[in-house]
Amino acid sequence: MMAFAVGILLWVIVAGLLVVAAAKGGSLVETGLREGALDFLRLTPRVAIGVVGSGYVAAVLPPEVLGGLLGPNSGLLGTTIATVAGALTPGGPVVGFSVGVAALKSGAAAPQVIAYTTAWALFALQRVVSYEVVAMPAYAVWLRVAASLPVPFLAAFGATLIGKP
Amino acid sequence: MAIRRKTFDWSTALITVCMLSAAVVVYLRDGWDRFAAVFFGDLHIFIDILPKMAAGCLIGVLSTLLIPRELVARLVGAESGFTGLAIATFAGIIMPGGPVTVYPVAGAFLAAGADIGAALAFVTSWTLLGYARVLVWELPFFGADFVLWRMAVAPTFPLLVGLLGRFIAKALLGREKKP
Repeated sequence: MMAFAVGILLWVIVAGLLVVAAAKGGSLVETGLREGALDFLRLTPRVAIGVVGSGYVAAVLPPEVLGGLLGPNSGLLGTTIATVAGALTPGGPVVGFSVGVAALKSGAAAPQVIAYTTAWALFALQRVVSYEVVAMPAYAVWLRVAASLPVPFLAAFGATLIGKP
Repeated sequence: MAIRRKTFDWSTALITVCMLSAAVVVYLRDGWDRFAAVFFGDLHIFIDILPKMAAGCLIGVLSTLLIPRELVARLVGAESGFTGLAIATFAGIIMPGGPVTVYPVAGAFLAAGADIGAALAFVTSWTLLGYARVLVWELPFFGADFVLWRMAVAPTFPLLVGLLGRFIAKALLGREKKP
């Protein structure tokens, strides 16, 4: 039900943006639709591989191992492992999210997976090194990393407090 | 847009190899029935998310065309204090583009003398809440329930990182500047 509502909302936003683009005139609507369609075509095989493939990875991983390391009872240690794994995950969003989904399917608890994706978003070494350090002063990067250290833990803790909606 | 304009990239290739190996192992170990069950179960999820992904791509592209980067930069530079952090967080959410555009914008804030806390809140907000990544990547992979659950807590984090960053900067860098 919730997923359905989100789907509707997304298309309402698309319609709103199209109206604004049409009001601004020019070739905005045409460019937007064409570029959007191209992005969708580029993205589809990647998501297909990630979503379908993660089911096989989950089937191969022994559930007791991952469930023990990152399961509902893994607590602070599980969150720490998830955080370190997130920071060390190489590659773009396909890798980060595929690994997260595979873990979720094979017994990892949602708060630990939230810690993983949060740590990946904040610290993924490859992104920090190849994009951030290049474009920002070094002290700002290290300051950001230092100030963000508690965040994956707070994210996992907050998710536990709220409980699944 | 967060998606790189390449038809081939190494991370996708790596993931494909991992997934294919896992699929082969499942087939050899558990047989065809299990293999097919996993495939059709996940194929169903994939088909289910396609319309959302299409909408996400269109929102990403259209808002990039409609929201000029200069507007975001002006938003963040205008206020300081806690309001500044809140505005920077909001700017990170609506900021279009991938890492190629976001970090230089944050770097430009700092070069223009903006508050370090605001710059950190901006980057953190973009990484954790940026709509492009959420709509195009996270929603298809994890589904709406998981994303909403994560999002329920996440908006406080850019503020926290901004405040903590300011504090550390004052404690460390301030002392280094005036020995």
